[in-house]
Amino acid sequence: MEKFETLNALVCPLDRSNVDTDAIIPKQYLKSVKRTGFGPNLFDDWRYLDPGEPGMDHGRRKINPDFVLNQSRYEGAQILLARKNFGCGSSREHAVWALTNYGFRVVIAPSFADIFFNNSFKNGLLPLILDEAIVDQLFREAEATPGYTLTVDLHAQTVVTPSGESFPFQVDPFRRHCLLNGLDDIGLTLQHGEDIRAYEARRRTEAPWLF
Amino acid sequence: MTAKTLYDKLWDAHVVRTEEDGTALLYIDRHLVHEVTSPQAFEGLRLTARKLWRSHSVVAVPDHNVPTRDRDQGIADPVSRTQVETLQQNVRHFGLTFFPMGDIRQGIVHVIGPEQGATLPGMTVVCGDSHTSTHGAFGALSMGIGTSEVEHVLATQCLLQKKMKSMLICVDGQVGPGVTAKDIVLAIIGEIGTAGGTGYAIEFGGDAIRALSMEGRMTVCNMAIEAGARAGMVAVDDTTIDYVKGRPFAPKGAYWHQAVEAWRELRSDPDARFDRVVHIDAARIEPQVTWGTSPEMVLPVSGKVPNPDEVTDEVKANGMRRALEYMGLTAGTPITDVTVDKIFIGSCTNARLEDIRAAAEVVKGRRVAGNVKLAMVVPGSGLVKQQAEAEGLDRIFLDAGFEWREPGCSMCLAMNADRLEPGERCASTSNRNFESRQGLGGRTHLVSPAMAAAAAVTGRFADVRELN
Repeated sequence: MEKFETLNALVCPLDRSNVDTDAIIPKQYLKSVKRTGFGPNLFDDWRYLDPGEPGMDHGRRKINPDFVLNQSRYEGAQILLARKNFGCGSSREHAVWALTNYGFRVVIAPSFADIFFNNSFKNGLLPLILDEAIVDQLFREAEATPGYTLTVDLHAQTVVTPSGESFPFQVDPFRRHCLLNGLDDIGLTLQHGEDIRAYEARRRTEAPWLF
Repeated sequence: MTAKTLYDKLWDAHVVRTEEDGTALLYIDRHLVHEVTSPQAFEGLRLTARKLWRSHSVVAVPDHNVPTRDRDQGIADPVSRTQVETLQQNVRHFGLTFFPMGDIRQGIVHVIGPEQGATLPGMTVVCGDSHTSTHGAFGALSMGIGTSEVEHVLATQCLLQKKMKSMLICVDGQVGPGVTAKDIVLAIIGEIGTAGGTGYAIEFGGDAIRALSMEGRMTVCNMAIEAGARAGMVAVDDTTIDYVKGRPFAPKGAYWHQAVEAWRELRSDPDARFDRVVHIDAARIEPQVTWGTSPEMVLPVSGKVPNPDEVTDEVKANGMRRALEYMGLTAGTPITDVTVDKIFIGSCTNARLEDIRAAAEVVKGRRVAGNVKLAMVVPGSGLVKQQAEAEGLDRIFLDAGFEWREPGCSMCLAMNADRLEPGERCASTSNRNFESRQGLGGRTHLVSPAMAAAAAVTGRFADVRELN
């Protein structure tokens, strides 16, 4: 997994609440058996005016000029600013892959759906929770200021605005540790193989019908 | 001893170890696998030369991509076919229990798990699918997971997780005639909102839940995720045990008696504390119809499409305006004035035998209305289909002008050929009314099977209680 430490990057504001994973990556792209190649189809139904299918040349499709991601001022954005309950719905990790394949490293929102939140940490995407009032302020600033960037520092656990205003954020110590070091959590868990075997031995006597 | 919730009991029984910050390694008893969210996980195992920790715990089935007709011709879409073939190769390579297309046991993963007895009370159950919450109906801790977690469980039999908060949703009293499990859960989501359960494991209780069959409880738990909760659950009682008994994967003989004794403990202690308790009066629940693009945008069938101008929260009002525009609806319209183009009876929410019986009861002796372009029933599994046919239900639907299909996820998410065209309006027994979920530009209204049947025969949303 790619490490995450600090990032100073352009912010793209997506002013909708309850953005679901069907919207982040529509179902037809879930037929892929790979983890890559989802970037061109991030927010496909909103981003393009014509229907998309896997295998198309997406560079030749009709883009929706009104959709925020298509506006030139947000080109190269790596921080997505979103509203509450971002990533609700389907458990598809393809939604996270689409965001990271596109180039996003951070999503800031007042709240996230649980499965999306979890999936993000497994792929070096930081889902960052700030109070609704702060998110409102960031929306106002990002929309009013072309080239608006934020600095996200996972060591210090802060988001810093261009004017130097700093907002602290919380993140589970274990997840932070994995993200800062780019750790593969399967490898970490397998280090506890003895504990898992001991659990199984105990469980086998308590509930033998499970084995 | 401290009183425990059902969730506490299930959690405590599965913790292998806990990190300092509370992150636990949780042991997983049953891992259900389908073709869409597993290929990258199996590929990960191959690339790292890791073995499966306990292949015996896995049951695999193709469901999302499978066609619901002309199965003898295979899967026409080459991309879908590749995904299903990839699953077949993976189950062969890793030696897993598998119900392929054509096997009578094939069906929607959340239908076949319980049907086979692969889902048992007291288990932890995971699947790379958010509707895994369904299995909590058995007094199990079941959760949807992402593909990285699928790989983690395959390799370690464990999930890294922090304990969630607990919520009790108590549905007091009894529902009236014509009101089903689907209406109960839609009313709950309308009440607590689509993120009301985020961060919680929800236990559904109260007399109205106790009175439900296992099928009904599965419908309720299935949609816990639509209220934001990764896990939903119902305590074990006789209904649970009677359902499980004799199923192929259920314990037998002495193990059966030992298991039943243990399962009887799978309920919250009377004085257990929950982080949040919500009471809902069952008698006040009417048949429900969603009007918007989130399951929380829901109305009783006697209701009118709401007006965003009456909502003070600007973000919410804008969401409602966008939903009205997408759905092609005007505020103030009675929902029973809205006509439908297609009917979908199916999905992991409502494709079990009881659902099909309920729809058939409404359809019997009636015809699909002339303005309805397509009405289809997609049974949840081959066994559900077989039993329904043995009861003559297929004839009732076919005689009325419905199509009677082969089992799969079908038009719940339209990964196969079954889908809505832009602007088409569907009365659907599925679980998500998100934009374009059932096909680009399609308009989904979530309802119960009986209400979907009522919409089919009247051509518009109709109160099923008034059809007799």
